[in-house]
Amino acid sequence: MKLWEIAHVRTGDKGNISNVSVTVYDPEHFKIVSEKLTPEFIKKWFGKQVLGEVKRYDLPQLGALNFVMYDALGGGVTSSTALDKHGKTLGAYLLNIPF
Amino acid sequence: MKKIRIGSGAGYAGDRLEPALELMEHGNLNYICFEGLAERTIALAQKAKKADPEKGYNDLLLYRMEKVLPLAHKNKIKVITNMGAANPKKAMEEVAKLATTLGLKNLKVAAVLGDDISNKIQDYIRETVIETGQPLSEINKELFSANAYLGSDGIVEALSNDADIIITGRVADPSLFLAPLLYEFGWEKTDWEKMGIGTMIGHLLECAGQVTGGYFADPGVKEVPNLWNLGFPLVEVNEVGKGFITKLDNTGGMVTTATCTEQLLYEIHDPENYLTPDCTADFSKVTFKELQKDTIEFSGASGKSATATHKVSVGYLNGFIGEGQISYGGPNCVARALLAKEIVEKRLENLSFPISELRCDLIGINSLFDKGEIPKDINEARLRVAGKTNTKEQAQFIANEVETLYTNGPYGGGGATKKVDEIISIASILVPKDDFEINVLYKTT
Repeated sequence: MKLWEIAHVRTGDKGNISNVSVTVYDPEHFKIVSEKLTPEFIKKWFGKQVLGEVKRYDLPQLGALNFVMYDALGGGVTSSTALDKHGKTLGAYLLNIPF
Repeated sequence: MKKIRIGSGAGYAGDRLEPALELMEHGNLNYICFEGLAERTIALAQKAKKADPEKGYNDLLLYRMEKVLPLAHKNKIKVITNMGAANPKKAMEEVAKLATTLGLKNLKVAAVLGDDISNKIQDYIRETVIETGQPLSEINKELFSANAYLGSDGIVEALSNDADIIITGRVADPSLFLAPLLYEFGWEKTDWEKMGIGTMIGHLLECAGQVTGGYFADPGVKEVPNLWNLGFPLVEVNEVGKGFITKLDNTGGMVTTATCTEQLLYEIHDPENYLTPDCTADFSKVTFKELQKDTIEFSGASGKSATATHKVSVGYLNGFIGEGQISYGGPNCVARALLAKEIVEKRLENLSFPISELRCDLIGINSLFDKGEIPKDINEARLRVAGKTNTKEQAQFIANEVETLYTNGPYGGGGATKKVDEIISIASILVPKDDFEINVLYKTT
């Protein structure tokens, strides 16, 4: 099973910082998702895409985790040479995480 | 108990207009806010104003207002927008002129000024840039714009003076929506819980269709009904800050606890400390409850005192990006695209000018996120090459070296495109709020 089947994501950008929220469809899955998706795990998953640290904020009442990833957007929308300068598509790659 | 209804008419500078008009016609609204300024938009507008002092406001302002003003007048809806961008005064004059042409009498149009400190940016040259930790003076490029994210104060002042249409420059997105709540309910600016609630409402509404399903659909797992006819959101809220978010029944899209949760965390870092000019909002305890289909009640937002500074975005020209693309199809297309990439990379080596951050990606394979694997059995591949240079001509050279693959590269290249963009970068600094003077101008038709 992939994370895609039990959670949805939304990605946003501020300068060179990307944030991805991960929200479970069913509150029962919040525990296994929060256990697996540690900041260390997310940083490793994105590899060289995320050069800085990853912070996680928990909102259990919404079944949501918010990941803030520093130095993740090649300078950000105002200077990156990437196709997706906002990194809006990044969060979707988390949905490949196996469960 | 007194309550008001606020609609969202635009979530970014180029947004669709039709859903806003639907809301104004059938939403029983008291207010509608149009948000149209992203991080860099105002720097682009400052550049336009420099080239022509009559410009510098949103390109779509008059197109939108021609349809919006008659509805606002007929249904007694007040309009608040930051589409004044770098030139709210000129925007106000043009909107007042348009209202007169449309025969709309006694319409009071206001412009909120005070965010633009471009002419005294040198006073702050020793301030630390948030993104780099270095002093602003280190940038060593022409700093051509400086705009602060103002809060709700100027808009509240305009509402107190009976303005109908309020046009601002850079105002923080949620502040556009917070202002009518402060004015209508007389909330104290130091009632931090109310300020937090109003900021959350603004944050939910500021991206328009993003909270009604316009950034949500994933066929098979997240179905959104009639997305083609997406409706924009509105909030009904009472004087103690309780309320719900919804959309018009006959429109597409949906409002659910899931769409609201996604929007609540959109571009938020620490949910307990979301910094805005009006307050430090706390979204960490927010909950959503479905009252009926497409109607979601919100609760639990709070806040703390605001910081003593305004964030100021400083714009500067930072060179150019040259970009070229070309496609290959059929058997072995990936190998040919990779050969093309190798050819361009070699041709861009050892030039007399520097290219930085050169990227060579295959669109559809690794241009968004490099998973480190390249599938061979696909039927088309598109090479994209982009790099930064100091001059426009140098950037053009990169773009051309992709196009020339037509007759100087592997067989079967097609659909080549090229472009050159000037890079407008932003550095953020913090400036004491006391250094700003807000000034509201009016024009009545």
